[in-house]
Amino acid sequence: MIGADAIVKCLENEGVEVLFGYPGVAICPFFNSILNTDIESILVRTEQNAAHAASGYARVSNKVGVCVATSGPGATNLITGIATAYADSIPLICITGQVESKLLGYDTFQEADITGAVESFVKYSYLVKDVKDIPRIFKEAFHIASTGRKGPVLIDIPSDIQNAPISKFEYPKEINLRTYKPTVKGHSVQIKKVIAELSKCKRPIICAGGGVMLSDARSELRDFAHKYNIPVVSTLMGISAMRSDDPLYFGMVGNNGKYYANRAMNESDLLIMIGARVADRAVSQPDLITNNKVLVHIDVDPAEIGKQVGPHIPLVGDIKHIFKDFEKESFDNNFSEWVNTLNSYKEQAPKRKAPSDDFVDPAEFIRLLSEKMDEDAIYVADVGQNQMWSCGYYTAKDGRFLTSGGMGTMGYSIPAAMGAKRAKKDTEVIAVCGDGSFQMSFMELATMQQYGIPTKIFIFHNGYLGLVREHQHKVYKGNYSVVDLSGSPDFSYIAKAYNMEFKCLCNMDNIEKEIDSILAFNGPMLIEVMIDPMDTVK
Amino acid sequence: MKRLYSVLVENRSGVLSKVSGLFSRRCFNIDSLAVGETDDPNVSCITIVSTGDERTLNQIEKQLNKKIDVIKIKTFSESESTSRELMLVKVKYTKSNRREIMEICELMEAKIVDKSKNHMTIQICDTPEQANLLLQMFSSIQVVVEVARTGTLALQKCSIE
Repeated sequence: MIGADAIVKCLENEGVEVLFGYPGVAICPFFNSILNTDIESILVRTEQNAAHAASGYARVSNKVGVCVATSGPGATNLITGIATAYADSIPLICITGQVESKLLGYDTFQEADITGAVESFVKYSYLVKDVKDIPRIFKEAFHIASTGRKGPVLIDIPSDIQNAPISKFEYPKEINLRTYKPTVKGHSVQIKKVIAELSKCKRPIICAGGGVMLSDARSELRDFAHKYNIPVVSTLMGISAMRSDDPLYFGMVGNNGKYYANRAMNESDLLIMIGARVADRAVSQPDLITNNKVLVHIDVDPAEIGKQVGPHIPLVGDIKHIFKDFEKESFDNNFSEWVNTLNSYKEQAPKRKAPSDDFVDPAEFIRLLSEKMDEDAIYVADVGQNQMWSCGYYTAKDGRFLTSGGMGTMGYSIPAAMGAKRAKKDTEVIAVCGDGSFQMSFMELATMQQYGIPTKIFIFHNGYLGLVREHQHKVYKGNYSVVDLSGSPDFSYIAKAYNMEFKCLCNMDNIEKEIDSILAFNGPMLIEVMIDPMDTVK
Repeated sequence: MKRLYSVLVENRSGVLSKVSGLFSRRCFNIDSLAVGETDDPNVSCITIVSTGDERTLNQIEKQLNKKIDVIKIKTFSESESTSRELMLVKVKYTKSNRREIMEICELMEAKIVDKSKNHMTIQICDTPEQANLLLQMFSSIQVVVEVARTGTLALQKCSIE
């Protein structure tokens, strides 16, 4: 047995069934060993998308996503994908080949200091120097990636270590990390304090972030909110924590959020942030939000608490665990008046003005599409106007809404949708992207076709980098600079080239019927949705 | 506000870069940084002095705690610690200022540890403030050639422990 076989054995021990990768000489020993297993290796078309696909896979399967690349450019191409996963706390194991140990540091062909380069985007990284360390390192890496605040872990393995003989393989049962012990259980005193605040407040609100999904605590959140009639808003990453038709859900907060969601948060007297970073797009003036309310901040990462804003009640722990502890407590309070007030705000919300009849209205289209999708369908939004329309008008049911929230990485949706579909083969998965983001990753259509991972991809075609154009329209008085995408290809030919069905939706005529037929089609499909080039999110 | 961090870390390659990288990435100040092995060869101690507002100083501790190579962090204010710094100053001397240099050394309890016909190296091991003072005195008579400092080392005061 050699090091490469040991790596494969580690992956088997961790229950890995698929990995997304791109080989090169430095990782060839591993790709040779992987042939002897049932683990499927999916060849993406560029390494960044291996990380995004693993991210989509991880988010939907609640397992660790695995991506593999070679040394040098293969490894550096992964970085954007790793950073994207890190910003959204997605558990990944990123395996990179490295030049031979004895050549390290000599600027060898395809040598890159990848552990150094990704330092600020990983939870931890390893450079394997001894083949005997492989089992321990993989055991630790999977543990670190998938516990506490989840995130990517990179393992860089020189090719000679992959080829080195290893006499005995034993996968460790125990993890011995004296420095890493994330807090899972919330402090009981803090939990009692939260319940005490809930029992005396008048206008409580829960703001759910991506941590709710990462902790798999969606049903606990929904049950808790309903038991006590507490209204809920969400951040971008918290979309799909609540159903859109839930009478206690009041939409997404933040500068692209709903007017009534922000108003609900501002007027509350008790704000419970759960698994949310209080980041700039959700809360633009964190210092102000504690002025007129008690702030409870619940997060598994103690460093997030107090980073932007000092809460009155910090509560560190795993969200699912904390909800279970909340369940053991009880309190008596009535918030129906407050919920009625919020409902009246919802009714007062300004209606979006319908755009020109000559195009598809993206807001209405997304609403109809997501309503017609299956109960458990997965909707992947890219980045740009398509993302902002998606988070504004997506109808959440019991499926998932995936997007690159923290990093805002264009091109995320297609590979992430591929990873999600690979994780749940029988679940409906669609990606919504712009004509800009589509062209950043449409090479993965080949991967989807090759491996039989059918998704439906909607291209919102407006001929511009729309969100930047909108920004230039407002801030630079319409001086559009480098946002014109008029050189884009004819997307019907792209579909044909990749042997996919194609449909173009030019306006709202028969739109419901069109959506029904698209969703009813069994197989991959590319759908071009014509959007008014001048349409705006706000 | 100034705070001292005594950070025990796994003695592995790359750990110092991970710790110092955290400071640059998050725009935390490093006033001084000193690193060395402890009595346990598997553990190093990094002593960092930083300035910032209360929230920043708290964040430094929390972010350091997230680093998997960090074993333990002790933080203390200047008044809660015994801190020392070793400084070597090479000065140029002549017959006319030699006496004055020696008087400064005597006053500051600094030692001449190396000398030649025109130069001498002076060692001081004291608080960073005293080291600064010595340097100011030498600078005012324009004799300083080179300076090397270790950065602050600190331990919590025995009375607090």
